[in-house]
Amino acid sequence: MKRALFLISGIGVIGAGALFLGCPPKEKGAAGLKEAAEAVYVPPGQHDEFYGFFSGGFNGQLAVYGLPSGRLLKIIPVFSQFPRNGYGYSEETKAFLMTSHGFIPWGDAHHPELSQTDGVPDGRWVFINENNTARIARIDLRRFETVEILEIPNNGAPHSAPFITQNTEYVVVGTRFSIPFDIKTGKLMDVPISSYAENFKGTITFIKVNNDPNYKGEDRMSIAFQILVPGYDYDLAHCGKGPSHGWCFLTSYNTENAYTLLEVNASQKDKDYILAINWKRAEECVAQGKAHKFPAVYYHNYYDEKKHMAVSEVKKEVTVIIPEECPGMAYFLPTPKSPHGVDVDPTGEYIVAGGKLSADLPIHSFSKMLKAIENKEFAGEDFGIPIIKFESVNHCLIPKACLGPLHTEFDGKGYGYTSCFISSEIIKMDLKNCKVVDRIPVYYAIGHLMIPGGDSRKPWGKFVVALNKITKDRYLPTGPELNQSAQLIDITGEKMKMLLDFPTVGEPHYAQAIPADLVKDKSLQIYNLNENEHPYAVKSEAETKVVRNGKVVHVYMVAIRSHFTPDNIEGIKVGDTVYFHVTNVEQDWDIPHGFALMGAENANILIMPGETRTFRWVPKKPGVYPFYCTDFCSALHQEMQGYVRVSPADSKVELKWGTNKQL
Amino acid sequence: MTYRCDFKCRFIVAFAGLLLLVSLFFPIWSYYITAPQYPEGLYLHIFANKLTGDLNNINTLNHYVGMKDIHPDSFPELKIMPLIIVSLSALAVLSVIVGRKILVYLWFIIFAILGIVGLADFYRWLYHYGHDLDPNAPLKLGMDYTPPIIGIRKMLNITVHAYPNIGGIAILLSALLGLIGIVLSLRGKK
Repeated sequence: MKRALFLISGIGVIGAGALFLGCPPKEKGAAGLKEAAEAVYVPPGQHDEFYGFFSGGFNGQLAVYGLPSGRLLKIIPVFSQFPRNGYGYSEETKAFLMTSHGFIPWGDAHHPELSQTDGVPDGRWVFINENNTARIARIDLRRFETVEILEIPNNGAPHSAPFITQNTEYVVVGTRFSIPFDIKTGKLMDVPISSYAENFKGTITFIKVNNDPNYKGEDRMSIAFQILVPGYDYDLAHCGKGPSHGWCFLTSYNTENAYTLLEVNASQKDKDYILAINWKRAEECVAQGKAHKFPAVYYHNYYDEKKHMAVSEVKKEVTVIIPEECPGMAYFLPTPKSPHGVDVDPTGEYIVAGGKLSADLPIHSFSKMLKAIENKEFAGEDFGIPIIKFESVNHCLIPKACLGPLHTEFDGKGYGYTSCFISSEIIKMDLKNCKVVDRIPVYYAIGHLMIPGGDSRKPWGKFVVALNKITKDRYLPTGPELNQSAQLIDITGEKMKMLLDFPTVGEPHYAQAIPADLVKDKSLQIYNLNENEHPYAVKSEAETKVVRNGKVVHVYMVAIRSHFTPDNIEGIKVGDTVYFHVTNVEQDWDIPHGFALMGAENANILIMPGETRTFRWVPKKPGVYPFYCTDFCSALHQEMQGYVRVSPADSKVELKWGTNKQL
Repeated sequence: MTYRCDFKCRFIVAFAGLLLLVSLFFPIWSYYITAPQYPEGLYLHIFANKLTGDLNNINTLNHYVGMKDIHPDSFPELKIMPLIIVSLSALAVLSVIVGRKILVYLWFIIFAILGIVGLADFYRWLYHYGHDLDPNAPLKLGMDYTPPIIGIRKMLNITVHAYPNIGGIAILLSALLGLIGIVLSLRGKK
């Protein structure tokens, strides 16, 4: 008893000592305060070194952060409506969210992927996948806006997407949920769920990207071909580089063909597969007429930059390759155990798999794989796809690397950094010698991780960012729902050092970063009013007008500091549909105007300088309705307002409009 | 023979005349305007025949205090200035070819008069923009907004920098060279 008391008081003394010394308890792996502050502090008025593009998961958006500061620069709406600027609400942007299922206001944005030239991020575009209703988007880094969305037919959830080839020739899209579609008709089948093994299939889609720098349109993506694959869950992907250019690798789980309680039933086998696809061989098969053209209905939505509006095209056909009809195109690499990430190192030789239910981390060798194919070292065949013997492709297994390894990024100096979900840590490993050389805890339950250019041939290996699923006590509490978190960790030295911790908007499934110098000078400041060919644009106040066409009224409106023209409109009737086509005729940097109207069942619209946006309103009751500018534009912003008079359907009030005159 | 311009004088005056042509291709005078919200600044470049730069943005800012829109069509000067410059240049060259000092003096006197008239006209426009304000302007501060003809003037949140540009410097150099040519020819007389 005395001894216990002594011990407790001893601990008390140590605790008090720490208090008196004023040392906050330092987290394991954290850099010193001064060192950390100097590494991430960006003084007022100065810019970050990197742009970071963080997906927002269930918010359907892409967030742009400055790194290393972690400052939020912009949120780019992609798959979800965004009332903040009217994306998906304005008449010009609704078409982006059209699919073969109809208009979908929400999406799940997972993996941003920067376009590359010669295996190095080039700062032209970011691709990102929608995991719920299969779609791939392209974001233009001159505008920092979504400019193209392509729906993927015969795909239940494109989680293993959008991973690109080294010159952005293709964007690869696998399916996480296999589904029962009839490939010959492109239709989902009404079959018993228990017929999974027989009827459910997957596809790996190769989207061809138009890389012509002189091409003016934004319809750059088209489906080159789809490869029919067995009904497994294709989880993640990466394409080869350097010597492995021409190949893509996709992990799979659920080779058990489970369709219920997957957490148990899809976790039975010791090994699942990495699917290796030789896409140059696939191209040959298409050229040799070995592919099929099958019906499929899917939407292709893209921005017409001149007309300032998204347009939708409905596609009706897709080219399909059946693996057994194209030998030499696809191979299975056995990999333990429900592998998640598959990451190719900068040399193109090592293929690191995150065997998420195994403590041993497998690294495959591309050169061994080629040799094994040459020598036909196969352990069998599945769906017409040869299975290469594990020993013939495996470079090494790092035993007990960590718990729940998921993803690996590279620093270009021979090291890989792997995120470990269950043990909440990042490990640093020597790829060639297959050993773990350092580890650092992260907070908590890390998913992806990111090194700028860390999946490319030329990583800018200064830091790694942990993208964590669980936040808990890291920041001030905000009720049960918390933001996710990111941690920035220095990797320039032998030991990893934690520098910064910041919350993220939405769940960052993945992120990529690129030196700001490759992007910032191309960023637009305004849209050129002279090049605006929107059919309802007006370039000056003199051209403004209101036109009635039956029960549809078009208002050709101009916004300039600090008024709308027209700002008084009469003669609108209950039952009309009114379109306010607002052109911001400013040509000055960072002078947007907004538009909102009392009682309109709509979001506001923001209109950038030189741009035209359209706000739709269906008035229901007679009265006079104020509208105003929602973006604080100038000293007289509060005066930037107007009125619309709505009269009963049978009234005789004439259509009249103007600014600074009595109607 | 004293009424003839010597070789040095001819060379200098001819060069001065040709130098004037530079002002047809480069801005003569420029304004650079900064404000807290415009760290990158706004430019207005005055050429012999046109105005370039951020004219629309400057007009948008000016309208708060009721300044008139600056518009190239308001200035007949932009139509006649190129003609004046070409004529002055031609006169300089002609006077040298003929080689009579009296013609050189005449050229210089016309040049000087036009220069003074031009500056006075320039100031008249600046005064007009600074004073002739829209009585219904949102901001009525009872201020004189005349921009400087040269140098820096701070008005409210805006700082205006006025300076001769390449074209203007060419004209000034031309005048200086003309003067030197004349002084040299006067000396030669002794």
